[in-house]
Amino acid sequence: MPDKRLSTLTSLRVENLACIRGGRLLFRDLSFSAPSGEVLSIEGPNGVGKTSLLRMIAGFLPPAEGSIFLEANGTISEPEERGTQTGWVGHQDGAKSQLTAAEVLRFFAALHGGSHDIASLLAWAGLERCAELPCQYLSAGQRKRLALARLAMTPRPLWLLDEPLAALDSGGKSFATDLIASHCSSGGIVLAATHEPLGIPSRRLALGAT
Amino acid sequence: MIGALLGRDIRLATRAGGSSALALAFFAAVVTLVPLGIGTDLDLLARVAAGVLWVAAVLAALLSLDRLFQADFDDGSLDLLALSPLSLETVAAVKIAAHWLTTGLPLTLLSPLLGTMFGLSPGETGTLALSLLIGTPSVSALGAVGAALTLSIRRGGLILPLLVLPLLAPAVIFGASAVQAGPDGMSGGALLLLSAFSVATTLLSPFAAAAAVRLNLAG
Repeated sequence: MPDKRLSTLTSLRVENLACIRGGRLLFRDLSFSAPSGEVLSIEGPNGVGKTSLLRMIAGFLPPAEGSIFLEANGTISEPEERGTQTGWVGHQDGAKSQLTAAEVLRFFAALHGGSHDIASLLAWAGLERCAELPCQYLSAGQRKRLALARLAMTPRPLWLLDEPLAALDSGGKSFATDLIASHCSSGGIVLAATHEPLGIPSRRLALGAT
Repeated sequence: MIGALLGRDIRLATRAGGSSALALAFFAAVVTLVPLGIGTDLDLLARVAAGVLWVAAVLAALLSLDRLFQADFDDGSLDLLALSPLSLETVAAVKIAAHWLTTGLPLTLLSPLLGTMFGLSPGETGTLALSLLIGTPSVSALGAVGAALTLSIRRGGLILPLLVLPLLAPAVIFGASAVQAGPDGMSGGALLLLSAFSVATTLLSPFAAAAAVRLNLAG
C-alpha cells in the first residue's frame, strides 16, 4: 500500500546541534547520524526537546547552533530543500474537522501530485467505516491512523514522527510498526520521538542524558 | 497541486460554518442598516453610498480573514503545507485567491443590488461594482499578510484590523472616489490608481505573508 518510490537518501547527519527555547537551553553539542534503513527512537523525559529536535530537522525551527545535512546524490543543507524530503506526523494531525477522512486523504494525495486508491488506503488503515465521516467525529486514535495513512501515501524518504504510537490501540500500534518497518526496508530513515518501545529493532537516542 | 489547495480552501469556506456566507450576511446587514439610520434623503444616500459599501466590504472581508492561516496552524495543516511540494509563497497566493473567490467576488456581485437601495444610478452602480471588483483582491492580499503575522496570537482577530485597516485606506479612498467623481469624468483616474494599488499589493503580499508564516512556524 505505501508508495515505494523513494528518492535516494543515504544518510541524515546532525552536527553539534543546540536548541534554545524560550531563553532556556534544552540541549547542545548533539551529534548523530542515521544511515538509510535505520529507525532512530528519540527518548527522554518531557520537555527535553524531542519535538524541537524534530522541528529543527524538518526545517521549521532554525538551530541555535550546529548543522543538519541530508546525504543524497549531493549534500542537502538548505532547510527548505530538506523539507521536501520529509514526511511528518506531529501532535496535530492536519485533519480538518469539516472535511471527511476520505477528503483529507484525497487532498494530500493531490497536493503531492499523486493519484491513490483512497478507499483501499482507508481500509488498509482500518478506517473504512469512517471514510465519509467528518474528521471532527474521529477519535484520537482514528486521527492518528489517518495521519499515518497520509504519511504512507507521500513518497518521502525521511520520516519524522512525534509520538507515532500515542492514542493507538493494539491493532493501530501494529499498523504503525509495520508501516515504519516497511519504510525502512525500502531504504527510508525514520526518527521517532517516543515514550514507549516501537516494537521493532531501533537505535536509541537519549536526550537529556548528558 | 495548486488546484487541490484552492479546491480545499473554497470547500472549507463555503461549507456549513464556513466564512463565505458569514461575510456576505455581515456585508448585507451593515449596508442595510445605514439607510435606516440616515433616513430617506435619496440625494444624501446616493452621496454616501460608495463610501458605505466600500467600508462595509472591507470590514466583511476582514471578518473572515483572521482564520485564513490560523485554522491551518491550529490543526497542524500548516506544517504539512510547509513541507509540501508547494512553496509557502505559492500557498499564500492560493489562499489569497481562495479568499477573494469566496468573499471579495460574492461581495462585488451583491453590491449592485445594495447600491440600488441607496438610489445610485445604473452608471454609478456599475462603477461601484467595477471598483469593488478591482479593489477587493487588495483587501484579501493585505489581509493575508495581517493574518499571517497574527496567526499564533490568541485573539489575533482583534489585532488584525488594527494592522490592516490603515494599509487599506488607499483602496477605500480610490474605490469610493471613483464612484463619486463619476459625473466629472474623473473616475478613470481613481480606477487606474485603484488598479495599480491592487496589482502591487496582490503581487507583493504572498511574499510578505510567507515570511510571516515562516516566522510563526519557528516560534
